Amino acid sequence: MAFFTYETKKDTRSGFGAGMEYLSQHNPNVVALCADLIGSLKLEGFIKNSPERFFQTGIAEANMIGISAGLAVAGKIPYATTFANFGTGRVYDQIRQSVAYSGTNVKICCSHAGLTLGEDGATHQILEDIGLMKMLPGMVVINPCDYNQTKAATIAIAEHEGPVYLRFGRPVVPVFTPEDQKFEIGKAINLIEGSDVSIFATGHLVWESIQAAEILLEKGIKAEVINIHTIKPLDSEAILKSVAKTKCLVSAEEHQINGGLGDSIAQLLIQTSAYPMEFVGVNDSFGESGKPAELMTKYGLDANNIVEKALKAISRK
Amino acid sequence: MTITQLKEKSKTYRKKILELIFHAKAGHTGGCLSIIDLLNVLYNHVLRIPSPKDPSRDRFIQSKGHAVEALYVVLADQGFFPEEDLKTLGQYQSPYIGHPTKKIPGMEQNTGGLGHGLSICAGNALAAKKDKSDIKVYTILGDGEMAEGSNWEAMMFAAHYKLDNLCGILDYNKLQISGANAQVMGLEPIKQKIESFGWSVKEVDGHNIEELVNTFDQLPFENGKPSFIIAHTVKGKGVSYMENVAKWHHGVPSAEQLEQALAELA
Ligand SMILES: [Mg+2]
Repeated sequence: MAFFTYETKKDTRSGFGAGMEYLSQHNPNVVALCADLIGSLKLEGFIKNSPERFFQTGIAEANMIGISAGLAVAGKIPYATTFANFGTGRVYDQIRQSVAYSGTNVKICCSHAGLTLGEDGATHQILEDIGLMKMLPGMVVINPCDYNQTKAATIAIAEHEGPVYLRFGRPVVPVFTPEDQKFEIGKAINLIEGSDVSIFATGHLVWESIQAAEILLEKGIKAEVINIHTIKPLDSEAILKSVAKTKCLVSAEEHQINGGLGDSIAQLLIQTSAYPMEFVGVNDSFGESGKPAELMTKYGLDANNIVEKALKAISRK
Repeated sequence: MTITQLKEKSKTYRKKILELIFHAKAGHTGGCLSIIDLLNVLYNHVLRIPSPKDPSRDRFIQSKGHAVEALYVVLADQGFFPEEDLKTLGQYQSPYIGHPTKKIPGMEQNTGGLGHGLSICAGNALAAKKDKSDIKVYTILGDGEMAEGSNWEAMMFAAHYKLDNLCGILDYNKLQISGANAQVMGLEPIKQKIESFGWSVKEVDGHNIEELVNTFDQLPFENGKPSFIIAHTVKGKGVSYMENVAKWHHGVPSAEQLEQALAELA
């Protein structure tokens, strides 16, 4: 059986673009910056509506973060946008000092996160950005799962006073969450209720986890699937409640296992109620060129591997 | 404030900086004495800051955050916080730490790591332009700091957006922590470099109060261009044994050295 159905597939970055277009009409304090990747970030709608609130910075990401901090000090709500690699790792000190430590109201919004940008290969496939950003005190880290959720998250973070990292991607993926949903930062969403194993997934791996739950059900196993769209602050309550019932778990993310969502969950559980846990993520490796689906399969970021890991977790109970 | 009064201020500030660093047993003495005349003219002649949170205030962000003791002395003198509070400088739980933080009234942004201030100021200046506000934005950069690539990104940006409400000031004492700029990483020809990035540049003696006042009064140097002041300064200016000696970058005077310095400044 299908737990969720969908009519279209869209890229999450287009959800970001749609959110920005909404903000251009509804929040006059929002300004957007981009380091020469307007098309990739889907900013055309925002720029068309509000050209006076868009600032091209050229390929100079360190300056883009500094300019954003300055705009924030002046009361604007800057959305600094580029690819995830250049918006986080490349400019870590700018973010650390002028955004996080200074508590400036800057939204760092990055596309092409993870493996699924595909053909460009390892230089562009950052798999460390969640870890880099979640380590910064005060930084909110969000990785929505589909177009609708990304749009809602883009709109919601304008209302949050403080630094945010919003991560999304390039491939088209099923649109299965409700249109015009209200996005609540830090509030996990229980997508499928189950009693045998908890699957905590973020970003593109949420859909794969739903597929995994369907395969598991055919084997008579009831998996609970929870969408952890906000990695920080982590919804500890939702996680603890689920594992208290299922007594084992899997984390799933398009990121290094080191420093990712699974790390955060493991840290929580080892202090409260440790249960057998398995990790779906990239295991200490860089990416490579290929079609997104090929890469996700090779690195085990798909439904089949989630099923395998779920069975393993259950067997360790 | 008259030129004579400003000159007196500089003397007083120098003494206070030395006493403060002596008391805290830590600080960036050389750089503080290098920028103090710049800060003096900025805060007592140039900047319009009715109160630290006044939305219409001009903005100053010290990009070379390590020379924070000079800024503390000047901000206390502006009445933004009691001078008495500075006695806790560098102590556990004191808000007066070794680099600027927004927790201190009058400090706009946390700085310390180099190469941040010019970008932040350019962002601030851009916002002021968009808001059609006449706020002016200023920053002081260190000469060693000019090797940071982000400064040159900010240079391109400020010229591209015609931020003539922005003024960069270079504390050009020709020394940085491990020696002479020329040995560590040469800056020259710095004036031509900055001009070629689309800025309007003037050179001044960074310790000549009259010259500084006259130069700041000419801002913006050209409409539609950001302004840059290359202030030729002396690291450790005003204390004979500190002047042009790189080790005073982070040196703390002994009691005898303090006494001699205060006598020289009397
Ligand atoms: Mg120097």
